[in-house]
Amino acid sequence: MQIYLPIAEVSVNAFLLLGLGGLVGVLSGMFGVGGGFLMTPLLFFIGIPPAVAVATEANQIVASSFSGVLAHFKRKTVDLRMGTVLLIGGLIGAALGVVVFNYLKAQGQVDLLVKLCYVVFLGVIGGLMFFESLRAIRNTKKGAPPKRKKHNWIHGLPFKMRFRVSGLYISVIPPLVVGVAVGILAAIMGVGGGFIMVPAMIYLLGMPTKVVVGTSLFQIIFVTAFTTMLHATTNYTVDVVLAVLLLVGGVIGAQIGTRIGVKMKAEQLRILLALMVLAVCGKLALDLLLQPSELYSLGAAGGH
Amino acid sequence: MRALILALALLTALPAMAEEVVLGLSSDQVSINTSFDGSEILIFGAVKREEAIVDEPRLQVIITVSGPSEPITVRRKEKRFGIWVNTDALEIDSAPSFYAVSTSTLLGLSLSETEDVRHRVSIPRAIRSVDAPDTISDSESFTEALIRIKSKSNQYQLNEGTISVDEQTLFRTAIELPAALTEGDYQTRIFLTRGGAVVSQYETSIFVRKVGLERWLFTLSRENAFLYGLMSLAIAIAAGWGASAVFSAFRR
Repeated sequence: MQIYLPIAEVSVNAFLLLGLGGLVGVLSGMFGVGGGFLMTPLLFFIGIPPAVAVATEANQIVASSFSGVLAHFKRKTVDLRMGTVLLIGGLIGAALGVVVFNYLKAQGQVDLLVKLCYVVFLGVIGGLMFFESLRAIRNTKKGAPPKRKKHNWIHGLPFKMRFRVSGLYISVIPPLVVGVAVGILAAIMGVGGGFIMVPAMIYLLGMPTKVVVGTSLFQIIFVTAFTTMLHATTNYTVDVVLAVLLLVGGVIGAQIGTRIGVKMKAEQLRILLALMVLAVCGKLALDLLLQPSELYSLGAAGGH
Repeated sequence: MRALILALALLTALPAMAEEVVLGLSSDQVSINTSFDGSEILIFGAVKREEAIVDEPRLQVIITVSGPSEPITVRRKEKRFGIWVNTDALEIDSAPSFYAVSTSTLLGLSLSETEDVRHRVSIPRAIRSVDAPDTISDSESFTEALIRIKSKSNQYQLNEGTISVDEQTLFRTAIELPAALTEGDYQTRIFLTRGGAVVSQYETSIFVRKVGLERWLFTLSRENAFLYGLMSLAIAIAAGWGASAVFSAFRR
């Protein structure tokens, strides 16, 4: 069944979109990630204009994060204070990101920027995750307990603040910086940034793992909602029909994914996720490295 | 069909120029709704004339359908630092979003070069590009690329020999409109030619409009972007909340 998307102005198969939403939903349910970093490139592949894909995906992440954060609120695993600090950084970052996005869109380089961001981040994170889980699998075979650093240079910074839920007394600068960085990425890449935020919160801020996911979801909702509004009012690129189709598929997929995820071991899951991230990264990198079959591309005029 | 009969009736009824077009369209309105997947328009008509039919040169028919024009930027990729990036860009002043030329025989045979220049019939003539910046020496390759890309997605069509002409009087053709169609008035022109010269010309419009939900969402997103954004967010949050409610209901 073909459906005409009013903002993207292309006609696509509705079942293809439901299927994509479902597939990414299964994966996000299995691995506990938002899935935006997979969905946005997939939307590029099926011919949704990149600007629409990025803006619409931000809207979809609001929904999946909202669904997730409710569960975390019930378990009281959201650090509202830390979340708010990250959020302030995130909003500044998102505003900067949209400015950069619009500037590059006018220059005709937005596709390049989005794809480069993806290749770099997916490559780095996929690689790190792959080796980390390989090591973890080897360690569990040997039976060595994983170590964690307690003190580093971050604890020497000024403007300290107490974060009771996380059990931390640290400077507000590092969470602000993390927030800004993730906000910029959210605006440019159309992702929630969970896959960058979560490692940063654990390894840089030293937050306990149990509050990390809930807190990151809490702030992602607001950052992506803000990004959606910015894209909707400055670029007119949020396609609500596309978002709804992806959402419906995603919700059903996530439920299936969660059940599969329960039956698998954490290290196996992480290796699979790492391989998948690397595969998407590889495909995007090839697009940049190989000579495209069509050297020319069309764009709206008036970019000066 | 009724229009055809009507057209035939008019042939005898009205005094006119040497040769004139009487036209019918299967519809003069194309509605883009949610399930829009392209459309086909039938264009048919008759030639009205006072004198007897001239046999040579034979009458030929050319029909053009042209979507709303807009400026377009064509960009070219080049290899820089090992990756392919957009480098040169050429702004084309005005290019139709959709353009179809249908003819009763080869376009080159039915229309002379000078008439093509005057009436802007062929695809390259329909695109208006004034001057390229000094940095670009090969501006033709940019217009060629535009035509190539648009032709691939069926947005530019050259359908030679697809108009059937009976007895040099009745003609008909079908034009395929692709699924990715923009809104606007699609200017439709019919040329009658003899020996490459235009002997008669007729113009009408086909209206392409988004309707229903498509219309409403598109208008809202442009005219009331803030409200549209809020609505998108509300839908997203409601869906997320609903999903979580259904999940916990399933668990119990």
